[in-house]
Amino acid sequence: MRALTKLLEAALFASPRPLGLKELMALDPGASEEDVRQALSELQGTYDAGGHGVEVVELAEGFQILTRRECAEAIAQAQLVSRPRRLSVAAMETLAIIAYRQPVGRAEIEEIRGVAVDGVLRLLQERGLIDVVGRSEGLGRPLLYGTTPAFLELLGLKDLSELPRLEELSVALKPLAEEAAPS
Amino acid sequence: MALPVAPASDRPFVVQLEEFSGPLDLLLHLIREQELDITDIPIARIADQFLAAIGVLKLNDAAEYLEMAAYLLRIKILMLLPRPLDDDQWEDPRAELVRRLLEYEQVREVVDWMLERAGERSERFPRGLVPEAPELSPPAVMASVEELLKAAERLVELLPGRVLHRVVPRPLDTEGAMQRIRQVLSEREEVELGELMGERPAVTEIISLLIALLELARLGGVGLAQAGPFGPILIRRASADQAA
Repeated sequence: MRALTKLLEAALFASPRPLGLKELMALDPGASEEDVRQALSELQGTYDAGGHGVEVVELAEGFQILTRRECAEAIAQAQLVSRPRRLSVAAMETLAIIAYRQPVGRAEIEEIRGVAVDGVLRLLQERGLIDVVGRSEGLGRPLLYGTTPAFLELLGLKDLSELPRLEELSVALKPLAEEAAPS
Repeated sequence: MALPVAPASDRPFVVQLEEFSGPLDLLLHLIREQELDITDIPIARIADQFLAAIGVLKLNDAAEYLEMAAYLLRIKILMLLPRPLDDDQWEDPRAELVRRLLEYEQVREVVDWMLERAGERSERFPRGLVPEAPELSPPAVMASVEELLKAAERLVELLPGRVLHRVVPRPLDTEGAMQRIRQVLSEREEVELGELMGERPAVTEIISLLIALLELARLGGVGLAQAGPFGPILIRRASADQAA
């Protein structure tokens, strides 16, 4: 194993969150992005070939060492680690709308969901899944929300482009972003 | 095949309030359950079912459900109005509802995908669940005891006027009282304590006198006697053998 690969493994092991390429490059001032990529794939190869219980996963615009899915049941059964609490459908609906329409204000989310979303927004913000990203120019300058890297982590996505494209969905409504016609 | 329409009371709803994330969700549930065409909703039937459902589910206190119920009834009424002959002018009162339902259905489809992804993701654990933001707590202070003491001293220096205890000159005059007692006893054999004190003695005078008496008694210069509890205290000149 190369020296850089060893360092990468140590850094990924020590970090509580996914580390981006830029962050990993700081491990060795002489290393190029290409070097880091190669080291990452060497580490991935080592884990995959050696039958390890962990793997290097690319998510949330970074890399993280995670346990393999096939080990989850046994680990959870033994109550060594508990699975994170699942979000409610209401929270997921709100997240979905924010993910696709960000930056988006509360009124627009409520219009689509047909319910008040104050409480859900607060919950999502507390869990770090969304954040205020600005203010609308509209009346009252309402807050605008966007998703955070924690949102990508929650779904195990590399970036937002991994969300399903709307035209691929079976529901034939062209872009979700289409403005609601005033009735 | 569409389910037969029956009053909600005959058709037990086993669903719970938490199962619906809002009125659109409930509406979509009713439509799907009966396999209705979303673009051609039998509005009268759906409106009745919706009203029945929110009654059974005790959702009437949720404003959003009532708003939707009112909206459905409005569409139902508009549908009953006679259409103008030229169909071009006629706008389907359901159009807005259909658009909203389709939009919502799309969101739900994304949600299903997201729930699946989140489920898969939760099968893979990161290295321990380290609570976020450790940088919020200030770093532990690395200092020796000596450094801490020095820091404490510097702080003490800053305190204005290091007054530890204010010393007040004691207005007691034991010496004077002793002299006075000796003088009185040189003229008389014995004297009552009450006599030694003036008309209205100050507290300090009484204390001075008592201390002086005790001091004299210790030195053997006077003898003290009291006939009974709370009785007058007699001060006698000590005899030569007593003093010895």
